[in-house]
Amino acid sequence: MSADHLPEHPDFLWRNPEPKSSYDAVIVGGGGHGLATAYFLAKNHGMTNIAVLEKGWLAGGNMARNTTIIRSNYLWDESAAIYEHALKLWEVLPEELEYDFLFSQRGVMNLAHTLGDVRESMRRVGANKLNGVDAEWLEPDQVKELCPILNVSDNIRYPVMGATYQPRAGIAKHDHVAWAFARKCDELGVDIIQNCEVTGFLKDGDRVVGVKTNRGTINTEKVGLCAAGHSSVLAEMAGFRLPIQSHPLQALVSELHEPVHPTVVMSNHVHVYVSQAHKGELVMGAGVDSYNGYGQRGSFHVIEEQMAAAVELFPIFARAHVLRTWGGIVDTTMDASPIVGTTPVENMFVNCGWGTGGFKGTPAAGLTFAHTIATGAPHKLNEPFSLERFETGALIDEHGAAAVAH
Amino acid sequence: MLLISCPNCGPRDETEFHYGGQAHVAYPEDPYALNDREWAEYLFYRDNTKGAYAERWVHSTGCRQWFNMLRDTVSYEIQAVYPMGAAAPTTTAQAPEGASK
Ligand SMILES: Cc1cc2nc3c(=O)[nH]c(=O)nc-3n(C[C@H](O)[C@H](O)[C@H](O)COP(=O)(O)OP(=O)(O)OC[C@H]3O[C@@H](n4cnc5c(N)ncnc54)[C@H](O)[C@@H]3O)c2cc1C
Ligand SMILES: [Zn+2]
Repeated sequence: MSADHLPEHPDFLWRNPEPKSSYDAVIVGGGGHGLATAYFLAKNHGMTNIAVLEKGWLAGGNMARNTTIIRSNYLWDESAAIYEHALKLWEVLPEELEYDFLFSQRGVMNLAHTLGDVRESMRRVGANKLNGVDAEWLEPDQVKELCPILNVSDNIRYPVMGATYQPRAGIAKHDHVAWAFARKCDELGVDIIQNCEVTGFLKDGDRVVGVKTNRGTINTEKVGLCAAGHSSVLAEMAGFRLPIQSHPLQALVSELHEPVHPTVVMSNHVHVYVSQAHKGELVMGAGVDSYNGYGQRGSFHVIEEQMAAAVELFPIFARAHVLRTWGGIVDTTMDASPIVGTTPVENMFVNCGWGTGGFKGTPAAGLTFAHTIATGAPHKLNEPFSLERFETGALIDEHGAAAVAH
Repeated sequence: MLLISCPNCGPRDETEFHYGGQAHVAYPEDPYALNDREWAEYLFYRDNTKGAYAERWVHSTGCRQWFNMLRDTVSYEIQAVYPMGAAAPTTTAQAPEGASK
């Protein structure tokens, strides 16, 4: 319903204050996660003397570069718990933030193209059901019924052998989500400071006591890192390491089209995922570029392969054109699960490693990270996602397990 | 698309290669002496440098040999290609501070 029209462009949703000389907590990074964290710190923990420092402009990182897919059909219990909690928050946030950011529960389909895919998918549907996550297995004719433009015949290299389907999954308008959080943060007294790059940290022994920025030094009792692709750079400034590799991840859109694509289709095997934005662009993404990169751009062959896959699956797309392509910098971990918790530096906390799929997690990242920053202890949802898991071996291996990378 | 100069085959498209991540990560000399923290470092922690980065590549669809490369992770400029086992060449062409957004 709410997805039928675009709201008017808002003018000023937040102030642009000068940084104060001290705050009770400083959040580094004004993407979705930083903003959501600040919001829950203020709302749930009464911490309103806090600032979000963003080196560029608000949501100019991955937040407004992602393909906005929201789903919770992850395999493992720990992931299903945190992503399903996020999905439940997505369902109430438009009202809570008083902002219609076009959250559209149009469903997400994850295609299976091999016998291995089919078995893995059915297993995941079973695991999802046990975890209270809505999930169904669809046969090819049901796939066709839900998304008539999909080619489910066997005249392609990797025919569609079925799909998992999560009806409550969908998309939202990412920049509006950032604005919605930013406006509420601002109303609650949070200072959102753009063009403010953190260049170092002040420490008293092992404890962080302030941040150095291009706009002066700011004293603070607590620091929360929400820097996505730049998490390793900030950790290095603070004197510790993270098990993160930063990769380029690209996406693209076509020109505007009449509504042709009613749901979201993802294929891990032929590596493309597609939805149609409210305005009408076909929005497509694929996997990361293999090499480490901070350049916010990747190699063209990745786009070429994803287009080949898209045209094979959706023959009518052959008439569409690539209008814009872009890249973000995603912070990947070895087990494809995030890190939300404490660090070796006292009073410094880290939220990172959401990699190619952290947009959907934004509300739960904010909720649990705020809890951890405010109380110094993990929320039960982020407890398994600690940095220590790489030492204990309690990895949450969603690589391949969680349908696709996003 | 990167144009990578294989030491054996010359300049070839990136699609002929596979990435091997950080170079010069030695297997622990005495694996039995490592504690959990050290194992974690060896298995899961790699440098994630913004700037000149020493990394491994393999020419999978060509000579199938591994080699090392020094590449800027911001500009993606390839600064040096050198054999496995050799030390990373020192370079003055570090990425300028804050060169990218
Ligand atoms: C092309 C693409 C497609 C994606 N598709 C999906 C998808 O469909 N579904 C999904 O769930 N996820 C998706 N993701 C992943 C998702 O976008 C990220 O996981 C998520 O946005 C990360 O959290 P964030 O919004 O806080 O990151 P960001 O928006 O990147 O925020 C980090 C911020 O930190 C700032 N920063 C960095 N260093 C400093 C410093 N020193 N000082 C101050 N500020 C600093 C950056 O400027 C940036 O604004 C996609 C990502 C990309 C790139
Ligand atoms: Zn070669």
